[in-house]
Amino acid sequence: MSAAEKTRPGDPAYNFGYLDEQTKRMIRRGLLKAVAIPGYQVPFASREMPLPYGWGTGGIQVTASIIGPHDRLKVIDQGADDTTNAVSIRRFFQRVTAVETTEETAQATLIQTRHRIPERDLTDDQILVYQVPIPEPLRQLEPRESECRKIHAWQEYGVMHVGLYEDIARWGHIARTYDYPVMVNERYLSAPSPIPKFDNPKMTRMAALQLFGAGREKRLYAIPPHTDVRSLDFEDHPFEVQHWDEVCGLCGAAESFLDEVILDDRGGHMYVCSDSDFCRHRREQGHRGAMAGHEAVRGLTEQAS
Amino acid sequence: MSAPLLQVEALGHRFGRIVACRDIAFAMHAGEVLGIVGESGSGKTTLLNCLAGRLAPTCGRVLYDMRVKGSTDLYALSEPERRLLMRTDLGFVTQNPRDALRMGISAGGNVGERLMVNGARHYGAIRDSAADWLGRVELDPGRMDDRPGTYSGGMQQRLQIAKTLVVKPRLVFMDEPTGGLDVSVQARLLDLLRGLVRELGLSAVIVTHDLAVARLLADRLMVMRAGEVVEQGLTDQVLDDPHHPYTQLLVSSVLQP
Repeated sequence: MSAAEKTRPGDPAYNFGYLDEQTKRMIRRGLLKAVAIPGYQVPFASREMPLPYGWGTGGIQVTASIIGPHDRLKVIDQGADDTTNAVSIRRFFQRVTAVETTEETAQATLIQTRHRIPERDLTDDQILVYQVPIPEPLRQLEPRESECRKIHAWQEYGVMHVGLYEDIARWGHIARTYDYPVMVNERYLSAPSPIPKFDNPKMTRMAALQLFGAGREKRLYAIPPHTDVRSLDFEDHPFEVQHWDEVCGLCGAAESFLDEVILDDRGGHMYVCSDSDFCRHRREQGHRGAMAGHEAVRGLTEQAS
Repeated sequence: MSAPLLQVEALGHRFGRIVACRDIAFAMHAGEVLGIVGESGSGKTTLLNCLAGRLAPTCGRVLYDMRVKGSTDLYALSEPERRLLMRTDLGFVTQNPRDALRMGISAGGNVGERLMVNGARHYGAIRDSAADWLGRVELDPGRMDDRPGTYSGGMQQRLQIAKTLVVKPRLVFMDEPTGGLDVSVQARLLDLLRGLVRELGLSAVIVTHDLAVARLLADRLMVMRAGEVVEQGLTDQVLDDPHHPYTQLLVSSVLQP
């Protein structure tokens, strides 16, 4: 780190990015290995962070290690910039790095995410950091870590289809909707973190670098730009993403991932884009959903954004 | 005559100070069923695990006639090669079916797992094949989406046999396949096993302490005691004209109804 960085504003009680420089170097070395072997889980010495495991400690450590003073950071949780996890992580980085933050997907150089990939296509000068609770895709089927390592080493991934088989036998289709296992670069089976399977197709050949950090499980992995990512399926039950019968109530989008919002206790509900930035952009461009014309709703959404 | 399917040379295994088996040597040809009998603690299961690639013996060799490479020492293979062999050519039936079945996965999924592990990726084909095998072991294919926990002990054992045979292994190892089952279920299971072994031309090594099971299923018999083979030969010969004092004791101690 240069001397200029050290004198940047930010909480003087902390090093730039909260972690000490040795830790950041250790994590960056792990990330280099992860990028070199797409999808391979690299162990790393995860640190205690000032928030509980499960709240994004892995993603925060990755972000803290690669963030620089000229980065523009965007943090999303479930696609939205205004949810608790996103707000607190953004505020954390504002305090310890004083970098500029943004809600605009296109403006960000670094995006930390939980549970979603932004709807807007990412570019090759952006990095997407995922918070990962369970990095081992085989965990449900094989509790032994030693056996999981062997399965990865020798690509004995056939057992992974047992879970998908059970879904079809029980529900008639593959009912798994999130953390849907993917094959990275036709070599390593990986967990895409709990993003909806709607986002899986965005991972393949993405222009941006994708980094994954699991704090409690102490694992890093990565998908380099333009890498093939294939979702597992059966020949006669190909991979499919979710579809909705309705469109976003605010912006009328039919092609985005929608969240259901309960409005009252009489079954009233609406669907809204989970990606708040995408939805706002569409509304600014003049798109209107069925519920956006209502003054009360407009007031609420403007307040929120 | 072709090379033996399985050839064992001077095999021995010890757990620390305890010698589980020693100086075992025999050859077995394709289509043969070998029975191993002996009292408990005589090293039967240890020997079976060594033969099946599950436990590296302390000394000696286990030569298996591989489809392409020919006769090869199981433990000279690299681990991924051995694991591949074990999930394609070899089958293992444990005494307790719950050790081999996934209890949280449906019966059909359990049978299908072996196919999926070997690369099957067509759901319809996997399901048809699982249903076919459930039928062959006299389980109702209508219950294929039920979990093994809802099956009786005997049904679970038959499910395990279906799971083992669905990939058409060449050599099956069975460790007390009928232990813990009541007499009538045991009889049906034996009948089924005998039919399947003959129909598929399987080779099998069956460990049992039940001489009736051995007489019914095995072509040849090995009698073990304290880790050593004390007598071996054709089943009828060994059981009708036992030479070793221990075998004589074993044969005479069977209750005559």
